[in-house]
Amino acid sequence: MKVQILGTGCSRCKLLEEHARQAIAEYHIDDAQIENIKDVEAIMRMGVMSTPGLAVDGVVKSTGRVLTKDQIATFLTRAS
Amino acid sequence: MWQHFSDWLVFGTLGLSPKSALGSALDFFIYDTGKIFFLLVIIIFAIAFVRSFFPPEKTKRFLEKLPEFLGNILAALLGIVTPFCSCSAVPLFIGFIEAGVPLGVTFSFLVSSPMVNEVALIMLWGMFGWKIALLYIASGLVVAILSGAVIGRLKLEKWVEEYVYKIRGSETAIETLSFKERLVYAWGYVGEIVGKVWLYVLAGIAIGGFMHGYAPADFLVKVAGPGVWYAVPLAVIIGVPLYSNAAGVIPIVKVLMEKGMAMGTALSFMMAVTALSLPEAIILRKVLKPKLLATYFSVVAVGIMLTGYLFNAVIK
Repeated sequence: MKVQILGTGCSRCKLLEEHARQAIAEYHIDDAQIENIKDVEAIMRMGVMSTPGLAVDGVVKSTGRVLTKDQIATFLTRAS
Repeated sequence: MWQHFSDWLVFGTLGLSPKSALGSALDFFIYDTGKIFFLLVIIIFAIAFVRSFFPPEKTKRFLEKLPEFLGNILAALLGIVTPFCSCSAVPLFIGFIEAGVPLGVTFSFLVSSPMVNEVALIMLWGMFGWKIALLYIASGLVVAILSGAVIGRLKLEKWVEEYVYKIRGSETAIETLSFKERLVYAWGYVGEIVGKVWLYVLAGIAIGGFMHGYAPADFLVKVAGPGVWYAVPLAVIIGVPLYSNAAGVIPIVKVLMEKGMAMGTALSFMMAVTALSLPEAIILRKVLKPKLLATYFSVVAVGIMLTGYLFNAVIK
C-alpha cells in the first residue's frame, strides 16, 4: 500500500508525513510505504488544491489538513 | 475583567504607581496579552470550524460559474472563509485558472485571503475595538475586489506561465467531515496558529507597552500625522517586508496611533503587512511572469495607498 503525502515541502506537509510514519509504526501497518509527491502538476492531476493532502494508492483521502496519526491510521486500516 | 486583574497585579500586588512609566507599561502589557490570547484561542477555533465547510476545491466551484464583477465580490468574500496558506498558493492558483475562474477573480481571492486573516482581525478587535476591525475588513474587501477587477480588465492572461494552461486537473470527491473531525481540525488549527504567532504577539505587545510608557505623546505627529502626505506610501514600503507579522505589528501600530500616526496611514501600513508579502511573491513567481507579478503588487499597493489617503481625508 502506498501512503502518498501531497505537498510542495511546507512545514505542514512535513508534519503530516511525520504523523503518517507514527501511524504506520504504531498500528503495525507493515505493507505501507510513504511516498512524497512534490510536483505541483502531479498534485493538480489528483485534483488537490490545498496542501498537504493525503492519498492511499492514488485515492485522495484528505486535503488541506494535518491529520492526526489516529485519523491516518483509520484510513490505512480500512484500506488494507 | 482583564483590566481589573492587570491593575490588581501591577498596582496592587507589585505596588507600582499607575502614573509611573514602568507601572503603566507593565499594566498595558499584562492587560493586552491576557485579552489577546483569550481572543486568539476562541476566535481561531470558531473561524477554523467555519472554514472546514469551505475547502478551496468547493470555493472554486462557486466561482467558476459567475460573471466577472460578481465573481470578484464573491471571491473576496470567500477569501475570508477559505483556509489559505501561502505555501499552497500555487496549486490553488492553478486550480482556479484550470477550472476557468477568470484571472481577475482569482486575484481578488489572492488579495483578500491573506489580508482579511483571522490573526489580523483578532489583533485589531482586541487592541482597537470592533469598529476598526470592521473598517479594516470592509476596506480590505474593497481593495481586493477592485484590484482583481482592474487586473481582469487589463487582460494579462498572456503573462501567466504557459504550463499553467496545459495542466489538466481532475475533480476529487470533496470529503465530508463529521462534526467531530471538524472540531479536531479546528483545535489543531488553533495549536498551529498560536504556536506560530505567540512570540510575535508577546514581542509586539512588549514593544508597544514600552513605547506607551516611555515615548512622548506627540512623538509621531510631525512624521506620520494626518498632514504628512508621504506618510502613507512610506508606511506601505515599510509594511511589505514585515510579512505575516500582523500579530507583532498591530500592538505597535496601536501605540503609533496614540503617539500621533493618522488612522489612514495606520490602516495602509497594516494592509501592506498582511496583503503584500515577499515570500508569497517568490512562491507566485512559479505561475506568474515577472510583469504580472509586478502589476499585481503595484495595483494592490496603489489600492492600499488610496484607502489610506481616503481615511486620512475623512477622519480628522
